[in-house]
Amino acid sequence: MRETRGFKVYRAVVLAVLGLFVLVPLYVMVTSSLKPLRDVQGAFTWWPSNLTLDPFVDMWKTVPLARYFVNSTIVSVVATVCSVAIAILAAFAVSRFRFRGRTVFTTTVLSTQMFPGVLFLLPLFLIFVNINNSTGLQLVGTRLGLIITYLTFSLPFSIWMLAGYFDSIPRDLDEAALVDGCGPMGALVRVVLPAARPGVIAVAIYSFMTAWGEVLFASVMTTESNRTLSVGLRQYSTQTNIYWNQIMAAALIVSIPVVIGFLLAQRHFVAGVTAGAVK
Amino acid sequence: MRLRSLVAAAAVSALGISLAACGGSDSGDSSNGGSSGDQTLTYWASNQGTSLDNDKQVLTPVLQKFTQDTGIKVNLEVIGWNDLQTRIQTATTSGQGPDVLNIGNTWAASLQATGAFLPFDNDAMTAIGGKDKFVPTALATGGKEGEDPTSVPLYGLAYGLYYNKAMFAAAGLQPPKTWEEMVTDAQKLTIPAKKQWGMALAAGSYTENVHFAFINASQNGADWFDKDGKPTFTGDGNVQGVLRYLDLMQKDKVANPSNAQYDNGTKSVNDFATKKVAMVINQNNADSSIVANGMKAGEYGVVPFPAPAGAAQPVASHVAGINLSIFKNTKHKDAALKFVKYMTDEATQTTLGKPFSSLPVLKDAKPVFTTDAAEAATFSDVYNTKSKPLPLVPAEDQFESTVGKAMNGLFGKIATGGTVTADDVKAALKSAQDQVAASS
Amino acid sequence: MSVATEQVPAEAVPGVRAAKKRGPDHRPGLSRKLPYLLLAPAVLLELLIHIIPMLVGIWMSFVKLTKFFIANWSAAPWAGLNNYRVAVDIHNSVGEGLLKSFGVTVAFSLITVILSWCLGMAAAVALQPPFKGRSAIRTLFLVPYALPAYAGILTWNFMLQRDTGAVNHVLVDNLGLMSDRPFWLLGGNALTSLITVALWRLWPFAFLTLMAGLQSIPRDVYEAASVDGAGSVRQWRNITLPSLRPVNLVLVLVLFLWTFSDFNTPYVLFGTAQPPAGDLITFHIYNASFLTWNFGSGAAMSVLLLIFLMIVTGAYLIVTGRRSRRA
Repeated sequence: MRETRGFKVYRAVVLAVLGLFVLVPLYVMVTSSLKPLRDVQGAFTWWPSNLTLDPFVDMWKTVPLARYFVNSTIVSVVATVCSVAIAILAAFAVSRFRFRGRTVFTTTVLSTQMFPGVLFLLPLFLIFVNINNSTGLQLVGTRLGLIITYLTFSLPFSIWMLAGYFDSIPRDLDEAALVDGCGPMGALVRVVLPAARPGVIAVAIYSFMTAWGEVLFASVMTTESNRTLSVGLRQYSTQTNIYWNQIMAAALIVSIPVVIGFLLAQRHFVAGVTAGAVK
Repeated sequence: MRLRSLVAAAAVSALGISLAACGGSDSGDSSNGGSSGDQTLTYWASNQGTSLDNDKQVLTPVLQKFTQDTGIKVNLEVIGWNDLQTRIQTATTSGQGPDVLNIGNTWAASLQATGAFLPFDNDAMTAIGGKDKFVPTALATGGKEGEDPTSVPLYGLAYGLYYNKAMFAAAGLQPPKTWEEMVTDAQKLTIPAKKQWGMALAAGSYTENVHFAFINASQNGADWFDKDGKPTFTGDGNVQGVLRYLDLMQKDKVANPSNAQYDNGTKSVNDFATKKVAMVINQNNADSSIVANGMKAGEYGVVPFPAPAGAAQPVASHVAGINLSIFKNTKHKDAALKFVKYMTDEATQTTLGKPFSSLPVLKDAKPVFTTDAAEAATFSDVYNTKSKPLPLVPAEDQFESTVGKAMNGLFGKIATGGTVTADDVKAALKSAQDQVAASS
Repeated sequence: MSVATEQVPAEAVPGVRAAKKRGPDHRPGLSRKLPYLLLAPAVLLELLIHIIPMLVGIWMSFVKLTKFFIANWSAAPWAGLNNYRVAVDIHNSVGEGLLKSFGVTVAFSLITVILSWCLGMAAAVALQPPFKGRSAIRTLFLVPYALPAYAGILTWNFMLQRDTGAVNHVLVDNLGLMSDRPFWLLGGNALTSLITVALWRLWPFAFLTLMAGLQSIPRDVYEAASVDGAGSVRQWRNITLPSLRPVNLVLVLVLFLWTFSDFNTPYVLFGTAQPPAGDLITFHIYNASFLTWNFGSGAAMSVLLLIFLMIVTGAYLIVTGRRSRRA
């Protein structure tokens, strides 16, 4: 597109308006986290008159944030790794094999995305309880239960995205690997996966973000021992006070890992989303 | 792969996100503590102190003493109010709960109806020290009348009208004895130039709102349920009681319309503690928040929440507080009973009364939550003689949520410039009543 | 298996291109079982987490699952269609409430989707030609999407407070647009707030998707058009928009399904004090279930919502599918 003067004006306006829209809340978040409690309880000011780092110190004491952080990290990382691995296998099957039940599988998996969460929240909880009663495997109030739930949440997208990605890799490549003496799994590991790397990374980011940000199921499936950040942050609102400055500080800290991860890998995310389009 | 399928993939991804984002629900529950023969009780404590951590610090030595005395270990979890109700729900649903837990005493009859909690029959009552040790009104909150209670009182609370002594003195006012005096005082103390208001109301908190709906209606001699447990929300006494409370913001204009956003009592207490308002009506555990926010003991006084002159009943509070329940599925019933006995004995009550700002639930016990003798006397008097339990019916929880939320909506309408008439109140209460009827 | 994804460099497969081609569906023995083995973990998890709970949920919608039976839910009496009857009876307050909530959700969803698309498109077009700072701005625009939902919504909640919030500070104190501080989390403005917050979190996704779509349009198409004298607006209408058609079809569906079942935004923004204008349907159902302990009724409402979403999605796919085939 040629850059006419009109376009430049348009661009300046759009970027300024959207830039403000995006930035103001981020600015408020950062500056409020640097204010003493009295200042965030009073009228809002753009510039903090009393800068302090206390909220970043106090927030670890007001609630056991460190423990929530560890829980969120373990749950999200394990769920991501498992979800990606399982999705790769399933996507490979969908992409490279014609078998009975293939359409049923893909349609069903896709349609699970339409289920309202409230519909299956309580049943899932009851199923977990029953599993516990019959096998002794504890799923409610443990990280394991959360991991299983979250990894399944991201599975449908991951399978579809990867299957699409695998489809875009010429079959000749893995056929050739087969001839070279690799089995189908060898072809997957040695040919398909390396070529699908951006897709795999995109799917991993997606899985991680899903697990890190989930609120609803976390509030049912967690107890003090496995509580994640998404529900833990609510506890800054206590019986005696609402620690807005610490809420903002904690929100900032818990956002950093996902934001950095996402932004570093956004290239792959875009590439993953557009895979076929460029080929 | 073609663009379309890609995009489809993207779409699905977003769907995935939507799934994660949707949902909604709630609460968590947890495991039963140690299933084998070991003597470890799991105890869920509600948040009473300034933070969950504070509760833990206060309770830990108390629980250690129990372990020393009996050899029974206690596994403590402190649960915030945001989570408590849903945690109890999921525990009830799954049958996997703690051995002993705290409940808001107003939920007692509703929770009793689930059948998930151990009734304190004669034997159990004897095991915890006999029912005669409790203040009768407090024990009455334990469950439906005529049935064995499924909870016993632990911490007593009552409403009082806190007032700022300096502001009252400056205006030459005496603390109010009637509703009318309270309104007049509040109007004199509402000084727009100083950004000072007469009162702060937790007008966006459905739990606070429903308490005042109840208290004001009780002052009119009205009831929310008939003898058969059927809702009678639209009775005239109820409508007028609700309207009288709403009028503090609407007609009397003694509360900042911003109060309609105060979704918990903390916010109104903060306004009082930071001297933005002259009065606040709160339960006696406001003391710790008030002091935590910079007001000194002695700067404020407390009188009973006043009823209108010539009120049918001088009700100044509901019987507020926390009760203890034992989960029916417990594998350590005897240990749990011992624990309940310990938590409700005089020594423990005295130890916990101060940090948690609670009133003793035992006959003849002295309140220790404050060193201000007048304040202690006022609250004891309200708790023992001027309070009435919220309706002891299974639908009580629905009464709280439907009527409380209806009042949230009415306050919202007033705050944003609308007018609420008695007919509007009646219509809102009718809708609440229909909802309760639909799910009973 | 999980670590295998990135271990094998592409160079590890030299010369594969030279090998001769074989038909894809003529593999021997193992391949019959292999696809099922590969799918097994995914199928098991889907059954456990999605399918079986959904079926149980449908069962729940036909029983009277109130607090009297929740501790022993297998003994709950059969309610037949009663839960559904109450939910759709607009003459009682339960049905009326559901209908109102549905209306609010439709409005919320439509406006949020349209605005997200517009902002996403505006930004994607503005960032189409390379310029200095482009990637920095693109990164910035993606931050709201990358932020965990609760962190962003909590910040907005803080900003939308009436007396201490940044929004009223701007409108009243800085710009002087209003003399009276409006409420943003109460009354009619609640819907505006809900849309603003959802838009803030959602438009970057539209932007990301549309930007990816724009990359696939060859530059020379535009060059040819400008040689023909087409201005920016005409280029956008004649080239950009038609090329993005397939992207748009999916994007709009996704945004719709996403916003329609949004739970986090009202839940974190309003807490227990949600105003009627902010009563989105999943939040409404959540409250119907958990606040009044009537899980059967809540399940019935969820099933109705599911049916609605399936019909809309199905109709949308059929209509757009037919049109694109014709195109």
